[in-house]
Amino acid sequence: MREIKLSKILFWLLLVVMTAFYMGPFLFSLSISFNAEQDVFQWPIKLLPEKWTLNNYLHVWQDLPFSTWLTNSLIITVVQTLTNVFFASLAGFAFARLNFPGKNLIFSIFMASLMIPGIILLVPKFIVLNEMNLINTYAGIMLPGLITVVNIFLMKQFFETIPKDLEEAALIDGCSYFRIFWQIFLPVSKPALAAVAIYTFQGSWNEFMWTVIVTTTSDMFTLPVGMNFLKNEFQVNWPLLMSGTILISLPTLIIFLVFQRYFVEGVASSGSKE
Amino acid sequence: MSTARSKKWAQAKTGYLFLLMPLLIFGVFTIFPMVFAFMISLYDWNLLIPDKPFIGLGNYIELFQDEVFLIAIKNTVIYAIGVVPVQTILSLFLAFIMNQKLPGRAFFRTAFYIPAVTASVVTSTIFIWIYSKPGLLNYLLSQVGVEGTDWLTNPSTALLSIMALNVWSTSGYFMITFLAGLQNIPKSVYEAAKIDGASTWTQFWKITVPMVRPVTYFVVVLGLIGCFQVFDQVFIMSQGGPVNSTTTMSFFVYLNSFKYFRLGYGAAGAVVLAAIIYIVTVIQKKYLPPDPY
Repeated sequence: MREIKLSKILFWLLLVVMTAFYMGPFLFSLSISFNAEQDVFQWPIKLLPEKWTLNNYLHVWQDLPFSTWLTNSLIITVVQTLTNVFFASLAGFAFARLNFPGKNLIFSIFMASLMIPGIILLVPKFIVLNEMNLINTYAGIMLPGLITVVNIFLMKQFFETIPKDLEEAALIDGCSYFRIFWQIFLPVSKPALAAVAIYTFQGSWNEFMWTVIVTTTSDMFTLPVGMNFLKNEFQVNWPLLMSGTILISLPTLIIFLVFQRYFVEGVASSGSKE
Repeated sequence: MSTARSKKWAQAKTGYLFLLMPLLIFGVFTIFPMVFAFMISLYDWNLLIPDKPFIGLGNYIELFQDEVFLIAIKNTVIYAIGVVPVQTILSLFLAFIMNQKLPGRAFFRTAFYIPAVTASVVTSTIFIWIYSKPGLLNYLLSQVGVEGTDWLTNPSTALLSIMALNVWSTSGYFMITFLAGLQNIPKSVYEAAKIDGASTWTQFWKITVPMVRPVTYFVVVLGLIGCFQVFDQVFIMSQGGPVNSTTTMSFFVYLNSFKYFRLGYGAAGAVVLAAIIYIVTVIQKKYLPPDPY
Protein backbone atom coordinates (compact mmCIF):
# COMPACT_ATOMS: atom_id res chain seq x y z
CA MET A 1 0.00 0.00 0.00
CA ARG A 2 2.76 2.42 0.94
CA GLU A 3 4.61 1.78 -2.26
CA ILE A 4 1.59 2.73 -4.33
CA LYS A 5 1.29 5.97 -2.39
CA LEU A 6 4.92 6.87 -3.00
CA SER A 7 4.64 6.29 -6.73
CA LYS A 8 1.53 8.45 -6.76
CA ILE A 9 3.37 11.30 -5.02
CA LEU A 10 6.25 10.99 -7.48
CA PHE A 11 3.82 11.03 -10.40
CA TRP A 12 2.17 14.25 -9.22
CA LEU A 13 5.54 15.80 -8.47
CA LEU A 14 6.57 15.01 -12.03
CA LEU A 15 3.38 16.62 -13.35
CA VAL A 16 4.01 19.78 -11.35
CA VAL A 17 7.61 20.00 -12.58
CA MET A 18 6.50 19.49 -16.19
CA THR A 19 3.80 22.14 -15.86
CA ALA A 20 6.35 24.58 -14.43
CA PHE A 21 8.69 23.72 -17.30
CA TYR A 22 6.09 24.49 -19.98
CA MET A 23 4.29 27.40 -18.31
CA GLY A 24 7.13 28.99 -16.33
CA PRO A 25 8.59 31.06 -19.18
CA PHE A 26 5.19 32.64 -19.87
CA LEU A 27 4.54 33.40 -16.20
CA PHE A 28 7.91 35.11 -15.82
CA SER A 29 7.43 37.20 -18.93
CA LEU A 30 4.02 38.18 -17.56
CA SER A 31 5.69 39.20 -14.30
CA ILE A 32 8.31 41.28 -16.11
CA SER A 33 5.66 43.01 -18.21
CA PHE A 34 4.17 44.49 -15.02
CA ASN A 35 7.53 45.61 -13.65
CA ALA A 36 7.83 49.35 -13.09
CA GLU A 37 11.64 49.31 -13.09
CA GLN A 38 13.25 49.25 -16.48
CA ASP A 39 16.36 47.52 -15.30
CA VAL A 40 15.17 43.99 -14.65
CA PHE A 41 18.68 42.71 -15.11
CA GLN A 42 19.66 43.09 -11.48
CA TRP A 43 21.32 40.12 -9.92
CA PRO A 44 19.86 38.15 -8.29
CA ILE A 45 16.73 38.52 -10.41
CA LYS A 46 13.41 39.00 -8.73
CA LEU A 47 10.65 36.64 -9.73
CA LEU A 48 7.98 39.21 -8.93
CA PRO A 49 8.22 42.97 -9.48
CA GLU A 50 8.64 45.21 -6.42
CA LYS A 51 6.65 47.98 -8.02
CA TRP A 52 3.74 46.96 -10.25
CA THR A 53 2.57 49.05 -13.20
CA LEU A 54 0.44 48.92 -16.34
CA ASN A 55 2.52 51.61 -18.02
CA ASN A 56 4.46 49.17 -20.18
CA TYR A 57 1.27 48.07 -21.91
CA LEU A 58 0.17 51.68 -22.30
CA HIS A 59 3.55 52.61 -23.74
CA VAL A 60 3.51 49.74 -26.24
CA TRP A 61 0.04 50.73 -27.37
CA GLN A 62 0.53 54.51 -27.59
CA ASP A 63 4.10 55.30 -28.46
CA LEU A 64 5.03 52.51 -30.84
CA PRO A 65 3.68 51.68 -34.30
CA PHE A 66 1.88 48.84 -32.57
CA SER A 67 -1.57 49.78 -33.89
CA THR A 68 -0.29 49.87 -37.51
CA TRP A 69 1.17 46.39 -37.10
CA LEU A 70 -2.00 45.18 -35.41
CA THR A 71 -4.06 46.44 -38.36
CA ASN A 72 -1.73 44.71 -40.84
CA SER A 73 -1.84 41.49 -38.86
CA LEU A 74 -5.63 41.58 -38.62
CA ILE A 75 -6.18 42.28 -42.33
CA ILE A 76 -3.83 39.50 -43.41
CA THR A 77 -5.06 36.96 -40.89
CA VAL A 78 -8.76 37.60 -41.50
CA VAL A 79 -8.44 37.49 -45.31
CA GLN A 80 -6.34 34.30 -45.26
CA THR A 81 -8.71 32.63 -42.82
CA LEU A 82 -11.79 33.45 -44.93
CA THR A 83 -10.22 32.37 -48.23
CA ASN A 84 -8.93 29.15 -46.70
CA VAL A 85 -12.28 28.24 -45.20
CA PHE A 86 -14.19 29.00 -48.41
CA PHE A 87 -11.85 27.66 -51.09
CA ALA A 88 -10.59 24.68 -49.10
CA SER A 89 -14.14 23.49 -48.43
CA LEU A 90 -15.12 24.08 -52.06
CA ALA A 91 -12.13 22.03 -53.23
CA GLY A 92 -12.73 19.42 -50.53
CA PHE A 93 -16.30 19.07 -51.81
CA ALA A 94 -15.09 18.62 -55.38
CA PHE A 95 -12.64 15.90 -54.31
CA ALA A 96 -15.14 14.15 -52.05
CA ARG A 97 -18.30 14.29 -54.14
CA LEU A 98 -17.71 15.13 -57.81
CA ASN A 99 -16.34 12.97 -60.58
CA PHE A 100 -14.19 14.44 -63.30
CA PRO A 101 -11.21 13.34 -65.39
CA GLY A 102 -7.87 13.89 -63.63
CA LYS A 103 -9.38 14.16 -60.14
CA ASN A 104 -7.18 11.53 -58.54
CA LEU A 105 -4.09 12.83 -60.30
CA ILE A 106 -4.69 16.40 -59.10
CA PHE A 107 -5.35 15.17 -55.59
CA SER A 108 -2.19 13.09 -55.44
CA ILE A 109 -0.12 16.00 -56.75
CA PHE A 110 -1.62 18.17 -54.01
CA MET A 111 -0.77 15.61 -51.35
CA ALA A 112 2.74 15.00 -52.70
CA SER A 113 3.40 18.74 -52.50
CA LEU A 114 3.16 18.46 -48.72
CA MET A 115 6.56 16.79 -48.85
CA ILE A 116 8.19 19.75 -50.65
CA PRO A 117 10.34 21.65 -48.15
CA GLY A 118 9.12 25.26 -48.08
CA ILE A 119 12.67 26.59 -48.16
CA ILE A 120 13.14 25.67 -51.83
CA LEU A 121 10.15 27.82 -52.82
CA LEU A 122 11.31 31.02 -51.10
CA VAL A 123 13.57 32.50 -53.77
CA PRO A 124 11.33 31.66 -56.76
CA LYS A 125 8.20 32.93 -54.94
CA PHE A 126 10.06 36.15 -54.20
CA ILE A 127 11.09 36.56 -57.86
CA VAL A 128 7.52 35.88 -59.07
CA LEU A 129 6.08 38.49 -56.70
CA ASN A 130 8.87 40.91 -57.57
CA GLU A 131 7.96 40.59 -61.26
CA MET A 132 4.35 41.39 -60.33
CA ASN A 133 5.57 44.40 -58.30
CA LEU A 134 3.97 42.93 -55.20
CA ILE A 135 6.94 43.03 -52.82
CA ASN A 136 6.09 44.97 -49.65
CA THR A 137 2.33 44.86 -50.31
CA TYR A 138 -0.55 43.07 -48.58
CA ALA A 139 -1.03 40.96 -51.71
CA GLY A 140 2.61 39.90 -51.60
CA ILE A 141 2.32 38.81 -47.99
CA MET A 142 -1.04 37.08 -48.43
CA LEU A 143 -1.19 35.45 -51.88
CA PRO A 144 0.98 32.34 -51.31
CA GLY A 145 -1.05 31.43 -48.20
CA LEU A 146 -4.57 32.07 -49.54
CA ILE A 147 -5.24 28.33 -49.72
CA THR A 148 -3.27 25.51 -48.12
CA VAL A 149 -3.34 21.87 -49.11
CA VAL A 150 -3.70 20.57 -45.54
CA ASN A 151 -7.00 22.42 -45.23
CA ILE A 152 -8.30 20.95 -48.51
CA PHE A 153 -7.35 17.52 -47.20
CA LEU A 154 -9.13 18.09 -43.87
CA MET A 155 -12.33 19.22 -45.61
CA LYS A 156 -12.28 16.32 -48.07
CA GLN A 157 -11.90 13.84 -45.22
CA PHE A 158 -14.78 15.42 -43.38
CA PHE A 159 -17.15 15.60 -46.37
CA GLU A 160 -16.56 11.91 -47.09
CA THR A 161 -18.17 11.05 -43.75
CA ILE A 162 -21.45 12.77 -44.71
CA PRO A 163 -24.13 10.28 -45.88
CA LYS A 164 -25.16 10.52 -49.53
CA ASP A 165 -28.96 10.38 -49.09
CA LEU A 166 -29.40 14.11 -48.60
CA GLU A 167 -27.63 15.26 -51.72
CA GLU A 168 -29.21 12.55 -53.87
CA ALA A 169 -32.66 13.86 -53.05
CA ALA A 170 -31.50 17.41 -53.77
CA LEU A 171 -29.96 16.34 -57.10
CA ILE A 172 -33.24 14.74 -58.21
CA ASP A 173 -34.93 18.02 -57.38
CA GLY A 174 -32.51 19.70 -59.77
CA CYS A 175 -30.35 21.57 -57.25
CA SER A 176 -27.00 22.83 -58.51
CA TYR A 177 -23.84 21.43 -56.94
CA PHE A 178 -23.01 24.80 -55.49
CA ARG A 179 -26.39 24.93 -53.75
CA ILE A 180 -25.88 21.42 -52.40
CA PHE A 181 -22.47 22.49 -51.14
CA TRP A 182 -23.71 25.74 -49.67
CA GLN A 183 -27.07 24.69 -48.23
CA ILE A 184 -26.54 21.04 -47.32
CA PHE A 185 -22.82 20.45 -46.72
CA LEU A 186 -21.63 23.66 -45.09
CA PRO A 187 -24.31 23.82 -42.35
CA VAL A 188 -23.44 20.32 -41.10
CA SER A 189 -19.67 20.89 -41.31
CA LYS A 190 -19.20 23.46 -38.58
CA PRO A 191 -16.65 21.44 -36.57
CA ALA A 192 -14.42 20.92 -39.61
CA LEU A 193 -14.82 24.51 -40.77
CA ALA A 194 -13.94 25.71 -37.28
CA ALA A 195 -10.83 23.52 -37.25
CA VAL A 196 -9.70 24.95 -40.59
CA ALA A 197 -10.46 28.51 -39.47
CA ILE A 198 -8.64 28.21 -36.16
CA TYR A 199 -5.69 26.48 -37.72
CA THR A 200 -5.31 29.08 -40.44
CA PHE A 201 -5.79 31.95 -38.02
CA GLN A 202 -3.06 30.66 -35.75
CA GLY A 203 -0.59 29.96 -38.57
CA SER A 204 -1.28 33.25 -40.26
CA TRP A 205 -1.11 35.32 -37.06
CA ASN A 206 2.21 33.74 -36.07
CA GLU A 207 3.81 33.68 -39.56
CA PHE A 208 7.33 35.09 -39.44
CA MET A 209 9.74 34.01 -42.17
CA TRP A 210 7.72 34.88 -45.25
CA THR A 211 6.73 38.27 -43.85
CA VAL A 212 10.37 39.05 -43.02
CA ILE A 213 11.34 38.31 -46.61
CA VAL A 214 8.52 40.09 -48.40
CA THR A 215 8.28 43.28 -46.31
CA THR A 216 10.87 46.04 -46.61
CA THR A 217 9.44 48.98 -44.67
CA SER A 218 8.18 49.00 -41.10
CA ASP A 219 4.70 50.24 -42.05
CA MET A 220 4.04 46.88 -43.74
CA PHE A 221 5.23 44.78 -40.79
CA THR A 222 2.90 42.40 -39.02
CA LEU A 223 2.99 42.09 -35.23
CA PRO A 224 5.57 39.27 -35.06
CA VAL A 225 7.96 41.00 -37.46
CA GLY A 226 7.39 44.37 -35.81
CA MET A 227 8.03 42.77 -32.44
CA ASN A 228 11.37 41.46 -33.64
CA PHE A 229 12.20 44.91 -34.99
CA LEU A 230 11.41 46.38 -31.57
CA LYS A 231 13.61 43.82 -29.91
CA ASN A 232 16.59 45.14 -31.83
CA GLU A 233 15.69 48.76 -31.13
CA PHE A 234 14.89 48.41 -27.44
CA GLN A 235 17.15 45.56 -26.40
CA VAL A 236 17.41 46.99 -22.91
CA ASN A 237 13.74 47.65 -22.22
CA TRP A 238 12.58 44.18 -21.25
CA PRO A 239 9.33 45.20 -19.50
CA LEU A 240 8.24 46.89 -22.73
CA LEU A 241 9.25 43.90 -24.87
CA MET A 242 7.53 41.44 -22.59
CA SER A 243 4.26 43.36 -22.57
CA GLY A 244 4.47 43.32 -26.37
CA THR A 245 4.95 39.55 -26.42
CA ILE A 246 2.00 39.09 -24.06
CA LEU A 247 -0.24 41.26 -26.26
CA ILE A 248 0.74 39.34 -29.40
CA SER A 249 0.02 36.00 -27.73
CA LEU A 250 -3.41 36.95 -26.42
CA PRO A 251 -5.54 36.42 -29.58
CA THR A 252 -4.18 32.94 -30.33
CA LEU A 253 -4.28 32.03 -26.65
CA ILE A 254 -7.92 33.08 -26.26
CA ILE A 255 -8.97 31.36 -29.47
CA PHE A 256 -7.11 28.24 -28.41
CA LEU A 257 -8.70 28.16 -24.96
CA VAL A 258 -12.20 28.72 -26.34
CA PHE A 259 -11.97 26.29 -29.26
CA GLN A 260 -9.54 23.73 -27.82
CA ARG A 261 -11.67 20.81 -28.94
CA TYR A 262 -11.39 21.72 -32.64
CA PHE A 263 -7.67 22.32 -32.35
CA VAL A 264 -7.06 18.90 -30.94
CA GLU A 265 -9.26 17.29 -33.59
CA GLY A 266 -7.37 19.08 -36.33
CA VAL A 267 -3.98 17.89 -35.15
CA ALA A 268 -5.34 14.41 -34.55
CA SER A 269 -6.75 14.01 -38.05
CA SER A 270 -3.69 15.50 -39.75
CA GLY A 271 -1.65 12.97 -37.81
CA SER A 272 -3.61 9.98 -39.01
CA LYS A 273 -3.19 10.56 -42.69
CA GLU A 274 -0.05 8.47 -43.02
CA MET B 1 -27.84 8.79 -73.18
CA SER B 2 -27.16 12.36 -74.18
CA THR B 3 -28.63 13.67 -70.93
CA ALA B 4 -26.39 11.32 -68.96
CA ARG B 5 -23.38 12.58 -70.86
CA SER B 6 -24.33 16.22 -70.42
CA LYS B 7 -24.85 15.58 -66.72
CA LYS B 8 -21.40 14.07 -66.53
CA TRP B 9 -19.96 17.05 -68.35
CA ALA B 10 -21.81 19.44 -66.05
CA GLN B 11 -20.34 17.64 -63.05
CA ALA B 12 -16.82 17.82 -64.46
CA LYS B 13 -17.22 21.51 -65.24
CA THR B 14 -18.34 22.16 -61.67
CA GLY B 15 -15.40 20.13 -60.35
CA TYR B 16 -12.84 22.16 -62.30
CA LEU B 17 -14.56 25.40 -61.35
CA PHE B 18 -14.47 24.49 -57.65
CA LEU B 19 -10.75 23.72 -57.95
CA LEU B 20 -9.93 26.82 -59.99
CA MET B 21 -8.59 29.00 -57.18
CA PRO B 22 -6.54 26.28 -55.44
CA LEU B 23 -5.06 25.22 -58.80
CA LEU B 24 -4.16 28.81 -59.63
CA ILE B 25 -2.52 29.57 -56.27
CA PHE B 26 -0.92 26.16 -56.14
CA GLY B 27 0.41 26.44 -59.69
CA VAL B 28 1.86 29.92 -59.28
CA PHE B 29 3.23 29.56 -55.74
CA THR B 30 4.16 25.87 -55.48
CA ILE B 31 4.49 23.94 -58.75
CA PHE B 32 6.06 26.66 -60.85
CA PRO B 33 8.46 27.83 -58.09
CA MET B 34 9.62 24.27 -57.57
CA VAL B 35 10.73 23.92 -61.18
CA PHE B 36 11.91 27.52 -61.29
CA ALA B 37 14.12 26.99 -58.21
CA PHE B 38 16.33 24.50 -60.09
CA MET B 39 16.59 26.92 -62.99
CA ILE B 40 17.54 29.92 -60.87
CA SER B 41 20.23 27.85 -59.17
CA LEU B 42 22.02 27.49 -62.51
CA TYR B 43 22.32 31.24 -63.02
CA ASP B 44 24.37 33.98 -61.41
CA TRP B 45 21.10 35.64 -60.52
CA ASN B 46 21.65 38.83 -58.53
CA LEU B 47 18.74 41.09 -57.66
CA LEU B 48 20.89 44.21 -58.08
CA ILE B 49 22.48 43.28 -61.41
CA PRO B 50 20.28 43.12 -64.54
CA ASP B 51 22.63 40.70 -66.30
CA LYS B 52 21.99 37.08 -65.27
CA PRO B 53 24.61 34.81 -66.88
CA PHE B 54 24.09 31.04 -67.03
CA ILE B 55 26.84 29.39 -65.00
CA GLY B 56 25.73 25.74 -64.96
CA LEU B 57 26.73 24.08 -61.72
CA GLY B 58 28.88 27.06 -60.74
CA ASN B 59 26.77 27.90 -57.69
CA TYR B 60 26.89 24.30 -56.46
CA ILE B 61 30.67 24.13 -56.87
CA GLU B 62 31.03 27.38 -54.96
CA LEU B 63 28.71 26.11 -52.21
CA PHE B 64 30.85 23.12 -51.43
CA GLN B 65 33.94 25.32 -51.27
CA ASP B 66 32.17 27.82 -49.03
CA GLU B 67 33.30 27.20 -45.47
CA VAL B 68 30.17 28.84 -44.03
CA PHE B 69 27.91 26.52 -46.04
CA LEU B 70 29.77 23.46 -44.77
CA ILE B 71 29.43 24.76 -41.21
CA ALA B 72 25.72 25.35 -41.90
CA ILE B 73 25.29 21.72 -43.01
CA LYS B 74 27.09 20.52 -39.90
CA ASN B 75 24.99 22.74 -37.59
CA THR B 76 21.74 21.69 -39.28
CA VAL B 77 22.56 17.98 -38.97
CA ILE B 78 23.53 18.39 -35.30
CA TYR B 79 20.32 20.32 -34.76
CA ALA B 80 18.07 17.67 -36.30
CA ILE B 81 19.87 14.71 -34.71
CA GLY B 82 19.73 16.40 -31.32
CA VAL B 83 16.18 17.71 -31.38
CA VAL B 84 14.13 15.01 -33.14
CA PRO B 85 14.78 12.04 -30.80
CA VAL B 86 14.38 14.14 -27.65
CA GLN B 87 11.17 15.82 -28.74
CA THR B 88 9.71 12.54 -30.04
CA ILE B 89 10.40 10.67 -26.80
CA LEU B 90 9.25 13.59 -24.66
CA SER B 91 6.00 14.04 -26.57
CA LEU B 92 5.23 10.31 -26.46
CA PHE B 93 5.90 10.37 -22.74
CA LEU B 94 3.61 13.39 -22.25
CA ALA B 95 0.89 11.71 -24.32
CA PHE B 96 1.21 8.55 -22.24
CA ILE B 97 0.70 10.55 -19.05
CA MET B 98 -2.21 12.48 -20.56
CA ASN B 99 -3.85 9.21 -21.59
CA GLN B 100 -4.12 8.09 -17.93
CA LYS B 101 -7.21 8.80 -15.88
CA LEU B 102 -6.29 11.81 -13.80
CA PRO B 103 -8.05 14.84 -12.38
CA GLY B 104 -7.35 18.10 -14.18
CA ARG B 105 -6.21 16.35 -17.35
CA ALA B 106 -7.49 19.12 -19.62
CA PHE B 107 -5.51 21.69 -17.62
CA PHE B 108 -2.22 19.82 -17.98
CA ARG B 109 -2.82 19.09 -21.65
CA THR B 110 -3.40 22.80 -22.26
CA ALA B 111 -0.30 23.75 -20.26
CA PHE B 112 1.91 21.47 -22.37
CA TYR B 113 0.32 22.57 -25.62
CA ILE B 114 0.40 26.36 -25.20
CA PRO B 115 4.06 26.81 -26.27
CA ALA B 116 3.15 25.11 -29.56
CA VAL B 117 0.42 27.64 -30.42
CA THR B 118 2.48 30.67 -29.43
CA ALA B 119 4.25 32.74 -32.09
CA SER B 120 7.92 31.86 -32.59
CA VAL B 121 8.83 35.50 -32.06
CA VAL B 122 7.22 35.43 -28.62
CA THR B 123 8.87 32.22 -27.40
CA SER B 124 12.22 33.24 -28.87
CA THR B 125 12.13 36.68 -27.23
CA ILE B 126 11.24 35.17 -23.87
CA PHE B 127 14.08 32.68 -24.20
CA ILE B 128 16.61 35.38 -25.08
CA TRP B 129 15.88 36.74 -21.64
CA ILE B 130 15.94 33.31 -20.00
CA TYR B 131 19.32 32.50 -21.60
CA SER B 132 20.98 35.86 -20.89
CA LYS B 133 23.81 36.11 -18.37
CA PRO B 134 21.62 37.55 -15.58
CA GLY B 135 18.59 35.53 -16.78
CA LEU B 136 16.28 32.91 -15.36
CA LEU B 137 18.32 29.85 -16.34
CA ASN B 138 21.45 31.10 -14.60
CA TYR B 139 19.35 32.10 -11.59
CA LEU B 140 17.99 28.56 -11.30
CA LEU B 141 21.47 27.10 -11.81
CA SER B 142 22.91 29.38 -9.12
CA GLN B 143 20.32 27.97 -6.68
CA VAL B 144 21.99 24.58 -7.01
CA GLY B 145 25.47 26.06 -6.96
CA VAL B 146 26.27 25.90 -10.67
CA GLU B 147 27.71 28.89 -12.43
CA GLY B 148 26.12 29.46 -15.81
CA THR B 149 27.29 31.29 -18.91
CA ASP B 150 25.86 33.79 -21.38
CA TRP B 151 24.17 30.98 -23.27
CA LEU B 152 23.47 32.68 -26.60
CA THR B 153 26.77 34.53 -27.02
CA ASN B 154 28.92 31.56 -26.07
CA PRO B 155 29.80 29.64 -29.27
CA SER B 156 29.81 26.32 -27.47
CA THR B 157 26.30 26.67 -26.00
CA ALA B 158 24.36 28.86 -28.48
CA LEU B 159 23.18 26.11 -30.83
CA LEU B 160 22.34 23.81 -27.94
CA SER B 161 20.26 26.55 -26.33
CA ILE B 162 18.18 27.04 -29.49
CA MET B 163 17.75 23.27 -29.78
CA ALA B 164 16.41 23.14 -26.22
CA LEU B 165 13.92 25.90 -27.03
CA ASN B 166 12.76 23.90 -30.05
CA VAL B 167 12.14 20.79 -27.93
CA TRP B 168 10.22 22.88 -25.43
CA SER B 169 8.01 24.56 -28.01
CA THR B 170 7.23 21.57 -30.27
CA SER B 171 6.83 18.64 -27.88
CA GLY B 172 3.31 19.75 -26.89
CA TYR B 173 2.20 19.70 -30.51
CA PHE B 174 3.41 16.17 -31.10
CA MET B 175 1.94 15.14 -27.73
CA ILE B 176 -1.52 15.76 -29.26
CA THR B 177 -0.58 13.73 -32.35
CA PHE B 178 0.53 10.83 -30.16
CA LEU B 179 -2.53 11.19 -27.95
CA ALA B 180 -4.78 10.56 -30.96
CA GLY B 181 -2.76 7.40 -31.70
CA LEU B 182 -2.91 6.23 -28.10
CA GLN B 183 -6.67 6.61 -27.99
CA ASN B 184 -6.93 4.12 -30.86
CA ILE B 185 -5.31 1.39 -28.74
CA PRO B 186 -8.12 -0.78 -27.35
CA LYS B 187 -8.46 -0.56 -23.56
CA SER B 188 -8.77 -4.34 -23.39
CA VAL B 189 -5.10 -4.73 -24.32
CA TYR B 190 -4.03 -2.77 -21.25
CA GLU B 191 -6.56 -4.57 -19.06
CA ALA B 192 -5.21 -7.95 -20.16
CA ALA B 193 -1.67 -6.76 -19.38
CA LYS B 194 -2.77 -5.55 -15.96
CA ILE B 195 -4.32 -8.94 -15.16
CA ASP B 196 -1.00 -10.52 -16.12
CA GLY B 197 0.62 -8.19 -13.58
CA ALA B 198 2.47 -5.90 -15.99
CA SER B 199 3.63 -2.62 -14.41
CA THR B 200 2.82 0.76 -15.97
CA TRP B 201 6.41 0.93 -17.18
CA THR B 202 6.19 -2.50 -18.86
CA GLN B 203 2.86 -1.55 -20.42
CA PHE B 204 4.48 1.59 -21.84
CA TRP B 205 7.34 -0.32 -23.49
CA LYS B 206 5.53 -3.50 -24.51
CA ILE B 207 2.16 -2.09 -25.59
CA THR B 208 2.23 1.67 -26.14
CA VAL B 209 5.54 2.03 -27.99
CA PRO B 210 4.95 -0.74 -30.56
CA MET B 211 1.28 0.14 -31.12
CA VAL B 212 1.92 3.82 -31.92
CA ARG B 213 4.73 3.04 -34.34
CA PRO B 214 2.93 4.50 -37.39
CA VAL B 215 2.34 7.73 -35.46
CA THR B 216 5.98 7.76 -34.35
CA TYR B 217 7.03 7.49 -37.98
CA PHE B 218 4.86 10.48 -38.87
CA VAL B 219 6.16 12.53 -35.90
CA VAL B 220 9.79 11.79 -36.81
CA VAL B 221 9.25 12.72 -40.49
CA LEU B 222 7.55 16.01 -39.56
CA GLY B 223 10.16 16.69 -36.88
CA LEU B 224 13.03 16.14 -39.31
CA ILE B 225 11.49 18.31 -42.03
CA GLY B 226 10.89 21.07 -39.47
CA CYS B 227 14.35 20.88 -37.88
CA PHE B 228 16.20 20.82 -41.17
CA GLN B 229 14.48 24.09 -42.06
CA VAL B 230 14.77 25.86 -38.71
CA PHE B 231 14.86 29.61 -39.29
CA ASP B 232 12.74 31.82 -37.03
CA GLN B 233 14.58 31.03 -33.79
CA VAL B 234 18.00 31.49 -35.39
CA PHE B 235 16.98 34.73 -37.05
CA ILE B 236 15.46 36.16 -33.87
CA MET B 237 17.88 34.89 -31.25
CA SER B 238 21.35 34.80 -32.75
CA GLN B 239 21.43 35.80 -36.46
CA GLY B 240 23.70 32.80 -37.00
CA GLY B 241 26.28 33.99 -34.50
CA PRO B 242 28.49 33.88 -32.55
CA VAL B 243 31.12 33.00 -35.20
CA ASN B 244 28.58 31.03 -37.30
CA SER B 245 27.97 28.59 -34.47
CA THR B 246 24.18 28.80 -35.08
CA THR B 247 24.17 29.35 -38.86
CA THR B 248 21.74 26.74 -40.17
CA MET B 249 21.13 25.96 -43.85
CA SER B 250 17.85 27.91 -43.90
CA PHE B 251 19.56 30.93 -42.40
CA PHE B 252 22.39 30.59 -44.91
CA VAL B 253 19.85 30.55 -47.76
CA TYR B 254 18.10 33.61 -46.32
CA LEU B 255 21.33 35.51 -45.82
CA ASN B 256 22.63 34.95 -49.33
CA SER B 257 19.29 35.44 -51.09
CA PHE B 258 17.81 38.37 -49.24
CA LYS B 259 20.73 40.13 -47.54
CA TYR B 260 23.43 39.73 -50.21
CA PHE B 261 20.78 39.49 -52.99
CA ARG B 262 22.55 36.46 -54.52
CA LEU B 263 19.32 34.72 -55.45
CA GLY B 264 20.97 32.07 -57.65
CA TYR B 265 23.42 31.10 -54.93
CA GLY B 266 20.67 31.06 -52.29
CA ALA B 267 18.41 28.93 -54.50
CA ALA B 268 21.26 26.45 -54.99
CA GLY B 269 21.68 26.22 -51.22
CA ALA B 270 17.94 25.55 -50.87
CA VAL B 271 18.10 22.81 -53.51
CA VAL B 272 20.93 21.10 -51.60
CA LEU B 273 18.90 21.37 -48.38
CA ALA B 274 15.80 19.90 -50.07
CA ALA B 275 17.94 17.06 -51.44
CA ILE B 276 19.31 16.31 -47.97
CA ILE B 277 15.78 16.29 -46.51
CA TYR B 278 14.64 13.96 -49.29
CA ILE B 279 17.54 11.56 -48.74
CA VAL B 280 16.99 11.50 -44.98
CA THR B 281 13.26 10.71 -45.33
CA VAL B 282 14.03 7.92 -47.84
CA ILE B 283 16.59 6.44 -45.43
CA GLN B 284 14.08 6.69 -42.61
CA LYS B 285 11.40 4.95 -44.66
CA LYS B 286 13.82 2.15 -45.49
CA TYR B 287 15.34 1.53 -42.06
CA LEU B 288 12.59 2.75 -39.73
CA PRO B 289 9.36 1.99 -41.64
CA PRO B 290 5.98 2.95 -40.13
CA ASP B 291 4.92 -0.68 -40.05
CA PRO B 292 7.65 -3.27 -39.44
CA TYR B 293 5.50 -6.29 -40.33
